[in-house]
Amino acid sequence: MDKKTALHDKHVNLGARMESFAGYIMPIKYTSVKEEHNAVRSGVGVFDLSHMGEFRVIGKDASKFLDYLLTNDSEVEPGKAYYSTMCYPDGGIVDDLIVYRLRSDEYLIIVNASNIEKDWAWVNNHTAGYSIDLTNESDETALVAIQGPDAEKVAQKLTDEKLQEIGYYSHTSGVFAGKNALIARTGYTGEDGFEIYIQYEDAEAIWDAVMKAGEEFGIKPVGLGARDTLRLEVGYLLYGNDMDHTTTPIEAKLGWVVKLKTDKEFIGREVMARQKKEKPARYIVGLEVLGKGFPRQGAELFEGNRKVGVVTSGSLAPALGHGVCLAFVEKGFHKKGTELEAEVRGKRIPVKTVKLPFYKDGSRK
Amino acid sequence: MSNIPEGLRYTETHEWIKDLGNGEYMMGLTFYAQEQMGEIVMVEFPGMLDFNAGDILGTLEAVKTAEDFYAPFECKVVRVNEGLEDEPALINESSYEKGWLVVVKTADPSGFAGLKSAEEYSEFIGE
Repeated sequence: MDKKTALHDKHVNLGARMESFAGYIMPIKYTSVKEEHNAVRSGVGVFDLSHMGEFRVIGKDASKFLDYLLTNDSEVEPGKAYYSTMCYPDGGIVDDLIVYRLRSDEYLIIVNASNIEKDWAWVNNHTAGYSIDLTNESDETALVAIQGPDAEKVAQKLTDEKLQEIGYYSHTSGVFAGKNALIARTGYTGEDGFEIYIQYEDAEAIWDAVMKAGEEFGIKPVGLGARDTLRLEVGYLLYGNDMDHTTTPIEAKLGWVVKLKTDKEFIGREVMARQKKEKPARYIVGLEVLGKGFPRQGAELFEGNRKVGVVTSGSLAPALGHGVCLAFVEKGFHKKGTELEAEVRGKRIPVKTVKLPFYKDGSRK
Repeated sequence: MSNIPEGLRYTETHEWIKDLGNGEYMMGLTFYAQEQMGEIVMVEFPGMLDFNAGDILGTLEAVKTAEDFYAPFECKVVRVNEGLEDEPALINESSYEKGWLVVVKTADPSGFAGLKSAEEYSEFIGE
């Protein structure tokens, strides 16, 4: 039985198309994916992301624990956030996540909805010897994201916190629309914006307040359909599509979130260090579709008769008007400008590897 | 309950066909099919070429899926709905009018006569 988020009734009343996603019944779209996508690129949109999971880590060893558990460095200032992968000893990715450092001894970890149970078990399996307390607050926490070039103007109407002083990947705890919230300048769209973490029971009040504050900016509710095209257009990877337990951060070009330059021990370090030195056999790349149509997840990539890769995400890029894909290709075919063909229902479509992001004009700060 | 206008003919691959006279026929995607496919984001049109019955004329790309559309009988494509290049979602919003796909020409009217009536199509999709 799928769970409902605190905003389920809001979505139904707005006429959203609701579908099962990662164990939740979620809004896929309200009007049209393209319209919602464009609203976020040119104005502002609001998302219910309450399906995401939240784990809190408190204790004097919190930083040390996260350094061992995650590939990125936990030593950011309180008030900052970082993106990281969490890996198995063989380098395969358990999940990708965002970590907010709330205090020197307190962190909030945001994990993918589809991985909450797996991650919770994994995290708990590695606590021995660390003085920390862990809580899974996923069911008590709601998340509303306000994204787009007008996001700050909308959000500022609802809080006395000086949002201009909160930089990208920074956050503050404060009152938002009369409720206690974690206000973070993070997102998954390539645009400026905020993610507002709140108590489950405050979600409807926050949603209504955001919709009202955004009215003068033409705010639109945005479903998971546009969330996917927005993230793909800026080349953000999606767990389950573009990475999973069979891929390492080095192959996924996430080497920048692996702290190999430090001498800190972490799960998977040995494999990643070796892979970085010897170069992996495959890489994730961005592909621009040169013809009509677009390959989707699972489409095979060829150079002549030789299969050299597979598409992991593919869609029309609404802001660009052509198809774009993320794909794994063999080393040697990953260099910018390499021309390949994708097989789509028996036909070959020409594609070319390009530098990410596909869409370069985002308002992200 | 789907919208299936009387007076049009229908195929098993969910195209509707309208007789424009002079051997010309307009075709599009049925309301039922666009609802199944979801939001259409791109249309790949055929060239102004000759096709046999059952040949792939073009492709409709929706957010989650893609479907080809087919020549209902031997014909030549004489017009395509260029308005769909910018606004493919017209197929969803106005499947029997603004969202038409192509106009084809044929010398043999028997192909059209052999297609399903509205009632037969309704039965075919189980409504």
